[in-house]
Amino acid sequence: MDWTALGVSLELACCTTLILCVIGLPLAYWLASTRWRGRFLIEAVVALPLILPPTVLGFYILVAIGPYSPLGQGYERLVGQPLPFSFPGLLVASVLFSLPFAVRPFLAGFAGVDRRLVEASWCLGVSRWMTFFRVIVPLSWTAIVTGVVLSFAHTMGEFGVVLMVGGNKPGVTRTISISIYDDVQSLNYEAAGQTALLLLGCSFAALAIVSALQRRVWLL
Amino acid sequence: MTGELTADLDRQWPKGPRIQVQVKVPTDRFSITVLFGPSGSGKTTVLRCLAGLDRPERGSIRFEDEIWFDAARNICLSPQRRRIGYLSQDYALFPHLTVAQNIAFGLGGLDAAQRQQRIEKMLQLLHLAGLEQRWPRQLSGGEQQRVALARAVARQPRLLLLDEPLSALDAPTRERLRGDLRRLLAGLGIPAVLVTHDRVEALALGDSAVLLDRGRVCQSGPVHELFAHPANLAAARITGVDTVEPAKVLAVVDGLATLAVGSARLVALAPDATAGEGYISIRAEDVILEKGPGAPSSARNCVTGHIRTLTREGPLVRIGLDCGFDLTALITNQACLALELREGDQVTALVKAAAIQLIPRD
Repeated sequence: MDWTALGVSLELACCTTLILCVIGLPLAYWLASTRWRGRFLIEAVVALPLILPPTVLGFYILVAIGPYSPLGQGYERLVGQPLPFSFPGLLVASVLFSLPFAVRPFLAGFAGVDRRLVEASWCLGVSRWMTFFRVIVPLSWTAIVTGVVLSFAHTMGEFGVVLMVGGNKPGVTRTISISIYDDVQSLNYEAAGQTALLLLGCSFAALAIVSALQRRVWLL
Repeated sequence: MTGELTADLDRQWPKGPRIQVQVKVPTDRFSITVLFGPSGSGKTTVLRCLAGLDRPERGSIRFEDEIWFDAARNICLSPQRRRIGYLSQDYALFPHLTVAQNIAFGLGGLDAAQRQQRIEKMLQLLHLAGLEQRWPRQLSGGEQQRVALARAVARQPRLLLLDEPLSALDAPTRERLRGDLRRLLAGLGIPAVLVTHDRVEALALGDSAVLLDRGRVCQSGPVHELFAHPANLAAARITGVDTVEPAKVLAVVDGLATLAVGSARLVALAPDATAGEGYISIRAEDVILEKGPGAPSSARNCVTGHIRTLTREGPLVRIGLDCGFDLTALITNQACLALELREGDQVTALVKAAAIQLIPRD
């Protein structure tokens, strides 16, 4: 098994999940509480990666962060190296691609919190920000864990977008699913089988955790 | 102006009713102002606007010298900054926190010792001692109400806003807690605005009342005045057309209470009554009229009086009597003709003890 690729995948999944928490939680909270009529547009954009072919998404991300785009140029001027085919570039793509897997469970959880509890907290002098941490998060933690587990597992198994944006640089952008592809291409079925089994186990465990959370297996 | 909350609200719901309400609430002493009206009259909207949870399109809200809301100047204080206590219909206790944690929720500004002291004071004041480690789901309806009240009051708010505080309870509990609630609120001494659609609740709890109908104020004043003398047709329709009078319980024997009402003595069925003040209410259709004293009857109340007013209402006649207190009777046109009733005539009014509803206060 390609342990370096596994390391890259784990690092990518951890970083992606962390970033998704930082941007996904506020985004979901905003979507859950806004009365803005255009919110359905944002929801549709967030959900796009669910149905868009990874190659299409990967292509647009590649163009958006490439050396001819303002974003790509700005990054290159700042850091000194281009975004495409680097780990940070891969991270950007991965965050966008896994966005719905984090935001949608978060949103469902927040929307399920009784609005009257939130208002009760405001009337007790507790700020909106603290109400989020003291009322909304504790009452929707199963949804938050679901979002975290799903985005982690989804990033672990990512293939199309990684190939488009990250390429296949060992130790940098070569993830575990690309290593399976390479193993199969070079007829190394034994290594491919081991890695595939690991990913299968991971995915099964993630889905089992999510289902158990939703059915409240560990609660009374 | 000091010592008063004045609100002038205009809220237009999209594709819904328009609420235009002016309210004044004294804030320098304990008093309960009741917002009374049928469902859809806008009373909860008014309460939510006062709390800062809803924003009117036009108007202003001023609390003593503070401006809470002014549409023209684009001022709208958040609920956090109004320092109010808000009690919603279903109490909205935090299910993930214990009773003590619920009460402590808004006490972030205090240090640990002060907070503990305040929690203990609230537990004692609202008879919740021993329940501090319980979860909200383990409490009865009455206990939940007291925890919600303790939580709201713990911060020492300047004004309490109560949205149908008894409606989540079953009927016997509601009956029992009605008196308790006024005593509790009076003990706390915080002025309150209370929303209800139940006239008994309004009479039992309120000092003054604002009558709302389809988003407008149709009358305001002392609570019993409002029910006894509706100023217009809309007010009469909402309050019902009963006799409402202050009463004093003189004695209770075998489940029957002897009451002093004006200069008359009445007997009412009231097994739980104790001596004290209250109101009675008699539905006009429960009053039977006789011309001159007739044969003995089973009705326990037999009072003589003079007819003051006769008002025809279709097939019925509404008769206003002076029997030492104001009594209203509703009889058919035919009965009125048969008895040849005219203004000034002396009549005897019969009312069964069970038809008099006693609403105790304090």
